[in-house]
Amino acid sequence: MSVTVARSLDEALETLARVPQSMVLAGGTDAMVEINFGHRRPQHVVAVDRIPELNEWRSDGSTLRIGAGVTYAALEAAPFERLVTALAHAARTVGSPQIRNAGTLGGNVAMASPAGDTLPVLAALDASIELHRVGEVRVVPWHEFFVGPKKTTRRDDELVVAILVPVRRGPQAFLKVGTRNAMVIAVASVCLVIDLDERTVRCGLGAVGPVPLRAPAAEAWVADQLVWTDDHVRPRDPALSREFGRRVGEAARPIDDHRGTAAFRRHAISVCAARALGRAFDGGLQGGKP
Amino acid sequence: MIDDEEVSYRLRVNGADHDVPGAWLGESLLYVLRERLGMPGSKNACEQGECGSCSVLVDGRLVCACLVLGAAAVDRSIVTVEGLTDESDALSLVQRAFVDAGAVQCGFCTPGLVMTVHDLLERPKAASEFELREAISGNLCRCTGYGRIMDAIERAFAEADGQRP
Repeated sequence: MSVTVARSLDEALETLARVPQSMVLAGGTDAMVEINFGHRRPQHVVAVDRIPELNEWRSDGSTLRIGAGVTYAALEAAPFERLVTALAHAARTVGSPQIRNAGTLGGNVAMASPAGDTLPVLAALDASIELHRVGEVRVVPWHEFFVGPKKTTRRDDELVVAILVPVRRGPQAFLKVGTRNAMVIAVASVCLVIDLDERTVRCGLGAVGPVPLRAPAAEAWVADQLVWTDDHVRPRDPALSREFGRRVGEAARPIDDHRGTAAFRRHAISVCAARALGRAFDGGLQGGKP
Repeated sequence: MIDDEEVSYRLRVNGADHDVPGAWLGESLLYVLRERLGMPGSKNACEQGECGSCSVLVDGRLVCACLVLGAAAVDRSIVTVEGLTDESDALSLVQRAFVDAGAVQCGFCTPGLVMTVHDLLERPKAASEFELREAISGNLCRCTGYGRIMDAIERAFAEADGQRP
């Protein structure tokens, strides 16, 4: 076994070009578990946690470009809390302080666990993944990147370098169900984003399908049931949230596993979606503010 | 690039450089600390970041040593529970608070919790008990029910506040 501690993006990409089967090590919160338990015995590891470009972020007002190495701990705080509220809230639900100090957004994306906490948020916001390899940069929309449980369209010689997240004005929420509050892998998670400029309702679903999902039929239906103003949204019928939840549940594709049954997951996702929408109407949600 | 054929890499732990000879490069920092460098203060329980009993500071960040690849921690400053006290072996302020509060039962989680509380003292004081509980949510204790650990944290903060100019 060999290890490259990459000090620059070029060094990481050149290593991946030379040894495409390399295991990429970012925060280590997933990768080290696989090594510790002998589930993976990589011949080569590329550590990417010291590449300055990966730890940077910038916003042009409409799109936030978040380096893949930005940790959950960083995402919890300013400016992400204001710009992409749901992403900040999702980050805060990940693991523990120790895990959030190490784990990265890029790692969550590249690992593509169906239960990855940031994935329903990236789906709801319509984020894209920026991949680099030697001589090539490509940007892949989230729905073309995630193709199955822990399966993505990243090529072996590519590195996830940044996540491109549209900044959307309006209330945002992230809700997650697990067996307890801390240190828990999601049984079901929901991200609700109301875009006051587009006048769209966006709902991302996590842990209820092989990949993060959206609920397009429910989203389109509910957008038509709302009274929109420039900086507010309210329902015509107060019972709307419950019906929205039911329709979101129809978009889920859950399975039975050791964390929960498919039926429970569908129920949980419906309740979470209804609550998130209700909170948006109550003014209890903070919004993304460009 | 480091590979297995090479003799060793070097880690900076508690202010001193340590050669790590003959190690398999897939070893976690926790394994290296305990089995290669003779520092068993960081405890090994879950090896998956669940329990926090191996908490250490790497470049000032509180992390689980079991989730750090030892060979990828070269040139980083690592602080373990052994590094909290000086040569005199006097207890640190946090360790003293744990003793005074009776916050230690079986003791297995204690080194990790002590590291977490040391890290907490470096940052702006958490405003509420809820935030303090959230801050220690990565450290599992199966004995105390956390009551006396919370007491120890309050004592540590009070003591630290008293020492500040």
